[in-house]
Amino acid sequence: MRSIFKTSAAALAAATMLSGAAYADGHGVSGPLRIFSDMSNPAPRAVMEGMVARFTEANPGVEVELVITDREAWKTQIRNVLQSGTADIVNWYAGNRMGPYVEAGLFMEVSELWETGGLTETLASTLGAMTMDDGIWGVPYTYYQWGVYYREDIFAELGLEAPATWEQELANCEVIVASGRACYTIGTQFLWTAGGWFDYLNMRTNGYDFHMSLTAGEVEWTDPRVRATFDNWATLVNMGGFIADHQSYSWQEALPFMVNGEAAAYLMGNFAVAPLREAGLTDDQLGFYQFPQIDPAIEPGEDAPTDTFHIAANAENVEAAEAFLLFVASAENQTLINNGDNLGQLPVNAGSAVDDDEFLNAGFEMLSNNAGGGIAQFFDRDAPAEMAQVAMQGFQQFMVDPSTLDQVLEILEGARQRIY
Amino acid sequence: MTRVTTETPQRRRKMSQQAIAPWLFLLPASLFFATYVLYPIIQSFYISLFEWNGLYSLQYRGVEGTGFTDLQCLELGNRAGREDGCELTGDTLWNADYVGMENYRTLYTDPFFWTSLKNNVKWLLLYLLAIPAGLFIALFLNQKIAGMRLYKSLFFFPFVLSQVVVGLVFSWFFLPGADDGLLNVLLGKFGIGPFNILGHNSTATYGIIAAGLWPQTAYCMILYLTGLNAVDPEQIEAARLDGAKGPKMLWYVVLPQLWPATFIAIVVTVIGALRSFDLITIMTNGGPGFYNTSVLAFYMYDVALSEFGFRMGYGSAIAVILFLIMMVYIAGFLWKMWRDEKV
Repeated sequence: MRSIFKTSAAALAAATMLSGAAYADGHGVSGPLRIFSDMSNPAPRAVMEGMVARFTEANPGVEVELVITDREAWKTQIRNVLQSGTADIVNWYAGNRMGPYVEAGLFMEVSELWETGGLTETLASTLGAMTMDDGIWGVPYTYYQWGVYYREDIFAELGLEAPATWEQELANCEVIVASGRACYTIGTQFLWTAGGWFDYLNMRTNGYDFHMSLTAGEVEWTDPRVRATFDNWATLVNMGGFIADHQSYSWQEALPFMVNGEAAAYLMGNFAVAPLREAGLTDDQLGFYQFPQIDPAIEPGEDAPTDTFHIAANAENVEAAEAFLLFVASAENQTLINNGDNLGQLPVNAGSAVDDDEFLNAGFEMLSNNAGGGIAQFFDRDAPAEMAQVAMQGFQQFMVDPSTLDQVLEILEGARQRIY
Repeated sequence: MTRVTTETPQRRRKMSQQAIAPWLFLLPASLFFATYVLYPIIQSFYISLFEWNGLYSLQYRGVEGTGFTDLQCLELGNRAGREDGCELTGDTLWNADYVGMENYRTLYTDPFFWTSLKNNVKWLLLYLLAIPAGLFIALFLNQKIAGMRLYKSLFFFPFVLSQVVVGLVFSWFFLPGADDGLLNVLLGKFGIGPFNILGHNSTATYGIIAAGLWPQTAYCMILYLTGLNAVDPEQIEAARLDGAKGPKMLWYVVLPQLWPATFIAIVVTVIGALRSFDLITIMTNGGPGFYNTSVLAFYMYDVALSEFGFRMGYGSAIAVILFLIMMVYIAGFLWKMWRDEKV
């Protein structure tokens, strides 16, 4: 390790001056606090701005400087922001997606804050997802369930019930296909939607623990158990279960198929509910069920991606940043920001209340009582970035042409041996 | 004697002024060229010898009186920020492992690299179609009719659009549903299709190249239109008196005079083909499947800088290969300029 490229030393001078100022006001925090957020969609933006307003009201000494970046662009910009030392607090995701920044020492370790703030109890459900390298690196502010959103009216018309087992699922799908519809809509142009399907099929076929070993690189992709997962997937693909040409659509472009009734269901995160409602589907038409069981001996694992706040390791105002993290994690704040008028998602804090919404209730119930296997983040957050990229390309390739499975698995296995 | 002594220093000063002036005028451009072109090129070569995820770590030093040494802070790694005995130096550490030519060896066995290179060749060859197409339109538009300026600007219009807009327009044009995309609607009228051009490995690259040809043809057209203004009317007249017309007139009289325009058109088209990145990102995002429509520029971005790209050394190795390929054309271009100036 050698220092070759240098950044300005001015940051240091500023840091020493500021930490002096922060102590000026006994236990209260003060000084400038620079927050870089990726909550750029209209509702999340309002939530972020609301949180800053309430935080500054409670801590009048703090002047928050809020920069909101486009959510997609942030996925690459975070590298520059963390390294240039322009932020105290940043948004990111739980799970392996934290990996590069934790390893490079760009996130600040916050285990002590979790202990002193009582977060180890209130946020216990995500402790595992926030832990890496024996440390805790941030706090979660929201998460959401994944599952099957379906057209209740189409199911009723065809005389179908929401399936609980794989046999029922396939039987349902046969009826739906025979009625001239696809069972599922999906848009795989940006790949990750196929990752959701793989997560569920693999967790149901082989279990949560196996899925985690696979994403951790401990199992070969050519393993017969992985093949079993793909065989189940191929059954659905070959019977015409998915809409045609899905490789040309984004997840939003796949929504109209469900709205128009050309497809009966969508495996998606809870964020799909808002656009489906906006497109005119009523709660009578729209239903939710947990992804059906495949092997009855296996406890169901679920995907529930968690979004987070972190302190930058080169933060200039650590005291205020910690106060902000505690504020974000509080039960009161999480109840408010996750309600139907705001994010419309699930609060992480065990003391928060879930807003009275059909889908939020269903999701909360499912994650609390029916996810005995464990809670995964999502394929591209559980697997390392490079593996996620190549594997999701493979999933798309496989969905377009299941006969290429052998080639796909060989490429993924080659990538696994190189990456881990 | 006196004349000699007074004259010599004056002449010398004049000569040195003349010798220095061109260098002074070149200096600003050379500085910028060195900073923004040469240095990054050398840096890419250098980084391509390392395995690096693109991130710098923060550097800490031990605070005097706390008993912590710089080395201890370094060993604390990502916990140093939590230790009072360690403070930021404001510098960063470059965590890269020297791997020598390993990145290039990996490239050689990487199927996606070869897919991308093959697509680059397809782009290079098919993109050249923009030149005859541009020439054809230019010849067609080189008439004196009322409103010709309007027609010319309409034909030039696609070149003014951003590549991102062109990509979006074409991806809508190619939409797969029988009554979604304009292409499939048109084909449907003849009872053909529908086709999902961008959704299949065998056709997707050609679909994107077709989109790229639209603005590129307009560019070549403009080059030829200006070239046609410079064609000598007397030579045309003389050729006409000798009985030349149609294709013969074009081939033997007009085209040779258009050679400078053709040369520039070839250069910009080849470089445009090698840079084809935005259209691919917008239209297929490199897919379907494993990098089936990727080209070297896209592959480089994807492995080094994209959402999931953390292989800076490997990306640099791709950049170096792309640079060497471009170098062939640039060298040829420079050689021709040098030869022309010598005549």
